[in-house]
Amino acid sequence: MQVTSSVREPLVTGGKTYKDVTHDVARQVEGKPTVGWMLGLAVAIGTLLLGSIAVGATVWEGIGMWGLNKTVGWAWDITNFVWWVGIGHAGTLISAVLLLFRQKWRTSINRAAEAMTIFAVICAAMFPVLHMGRPWLGAYWALPLPNVFGSLWVNFNSPLLWDVFAISTYFSVSLVFWYIGLIPDFATIRDRATGLRKTIYGALSFGWTGAAKTWMHYEAVSLILAGLATPLVLSVHTIVSFDFATSVIPGWHTTIFPPYFVAGAIFSGFAMVLTLMIITRKLFKLEDYITMVHIELMNIVIIITGSIVGIAYITEFFIAWYSGVEAEQYAFINRAFGPYWWAYWSMMTCNVISPQLFWFKKIRTSIVFTFLLSLVVNIGMWFERFVIIVTSLHRDFLPSSWAMFYPTWADVGVYLFTFGLFFTLFLLFAKFFPVINMAEVKSVLKSSSEKVNK
Amino acid sequence: MERDTNFILGIYEDEDVLKDAVTKVRESGVKIHEVFTPYPVHGLEDVLGYNRSKLPIAAFLFGLLGTCLALTMQLLMMSVDWPMIIGGKDFAPLPDFIPVTFELTVLLASFGMVGVFMISSDLKPWAQPRIFDLRSTDDKHVMAIDIANNANIEEAKIKELLQSSGASEVNNKSFE
Repeated sequence: MQVTSSVREPLVTGGKTYKDVTHDVARQVEGKPTVGWMLGLAVAIGTLLLGSIAVGATVWEGIGMWGLNKTVGWAWDITNFVWWVGIGHAGTLISAVLLLFRQKWRTSINRAAEAMTIFAVICAAMFPVLHMGRPWLGAYWALPLPNVFGSLWVNFNSPLLWDVFAISTYFSVSLVFWYIGLIPDFATIRDRATGLRKTIYGALSFGWTGAAKTWMHYEAVSLILAGLATPLVLSVHTIVSFDFATSVIPGWHTTIFPPYFVAGAIFSGFAMVLTLMIITRKLFKLEDYITMVHIELMNIVIIITGSIVGIAYITEFFIAWYSGVEAEQYAFINRAFGPYWWAYWSMMTCNVISPQLFWFKKIRTSIVFTFLLSLVVNIGMWFERFVIIVTSLHRDFLPSSWAMFYPTWADVGVYLFTFGLFFTLFLLFAKFFPVINMAEVKSVLKSSSEKVNK
Repeated sequence: MERDTNFILGIYEDEDVLKDAVTKVRESGVKIHEVFTPYPVHGLEDVLGYNRSKLPIAAFLFGLLGTCLALTMQLLMMSVDWPMIIGGKDFAPLPDFIPVTFELTVLLASFGMVGVFMISSDLKPWAQPRIFDLRSTDDKHVMAIDIANNANIEEAKIKELLQSSGASEVNNKSFE
């Protein structure tokens, strides 16, 4: 039977059958590692090891190793934290929000995007933990546990504590959502495997049989988890923005922060999904599953969120002027024309101007342009967080304490460490786990492919 | 005659054929043991006559527990055990409790529901499931009929019924 849609572009090309889907995805897991993969893993582990020197130095010597000073008490650490958390958001967005909206195009990309979320949140969590100075104590102080100083508890008025709850909940729920989705695919691999591989994937598949009753419950679980994860995504970046917005620092104390941060998170997250997906589809020959339709749709999300972020930048400027608060006005003029003007204008160019190129169909359907622009957006979003944090802090209320921030080798090293960690985890995932959600792709194959059941 | 098989399997290629077959088999009075599919087939649970999943109720109750737990914890710690005025705020600043309450509600609802799902569906790492046909996690839909449950109907008739309902293969399967 052949089913073709005259209305929409097919989501799976190449006339794939159900068996082809299993074969194409399981091939990665079952085959020998490719030279490209091994080279990539070697580079990632190398970066991780190099960066671990900086992490070790930070833990051993303290955060005096970083370029922070009395005025700029938060810099690369929190910039990297917010950046990584933001990157993580696209995963949940693709899997949860698009599931709720019944967007079938999510099926080929959700698995990798969710994995990206988990690894990005691990990288993000590194920074506040290291910033505690004594991480072995910090983790204890951040939890609502009785302590030796009497019945003194954690401060539930503090956005930093809300962050602890938000990030840990986000991480655990994302992990569960991701794993539940992996179970049926692990069963597929188990049923094709022999020997030790069968034992390992047998344990990972939790005894999944594909019974109709289990699928019914599974679907209910997926939908409710998506319903719970959707407000969770919004809450996490809203709470991250509260770290700044509830303070009285000019440039931070703004009500626009929650929606602006959420839009920025989606923006950078989708850019990172694109970066990874373009490499993955090429390396693992998945062009029939991650098609130009997927890439174009993600580019459209980038135009929308990029424009929201652009409007937020302009609104901040307008409100600074309209409020008549001199400190606020100065903070914004200083951002654009002060000593960090280069960071501000890099941010504006990368985040506001560059994504507008995606209005041209030729550009948003070009792999090369999409890849380059996805990198540009990631760089721009890093600058956004840097600009918000450092330019608001470096000239505080006392001109006598004004200072500049210069990163040290430890700042750079810790950032490198997270890159190494992220890519090591992602490459291991891409090799040993099914990178595409086979069961979900099969469920949309009949309605969204060029041909099924030949 | 002693039977050496205890299940009859109908193998189906297409989800729509499968759904029609399930309706036909059930109408003829044959009891279906279970249907195994490589992906979720929407509407299959309806034709099989399954009741709707009660997991949303579990999620709601666990979520409610999370809300109560979070509010009680925060009120006990901030307002009863060690009341302090922080930033000029009230002893019981309810708006400030919203983020943590929300997070714990979501956390407990998710974990509680998933836990109930795992237990009720018998999913665990050490499980040794009965696999009726290896292709049921690949590209085939498998309808399993327990012969013992259909003792009043002849085996040959069941096979004929499956064949006529669109099964591409009809096999026997026995478990030790």
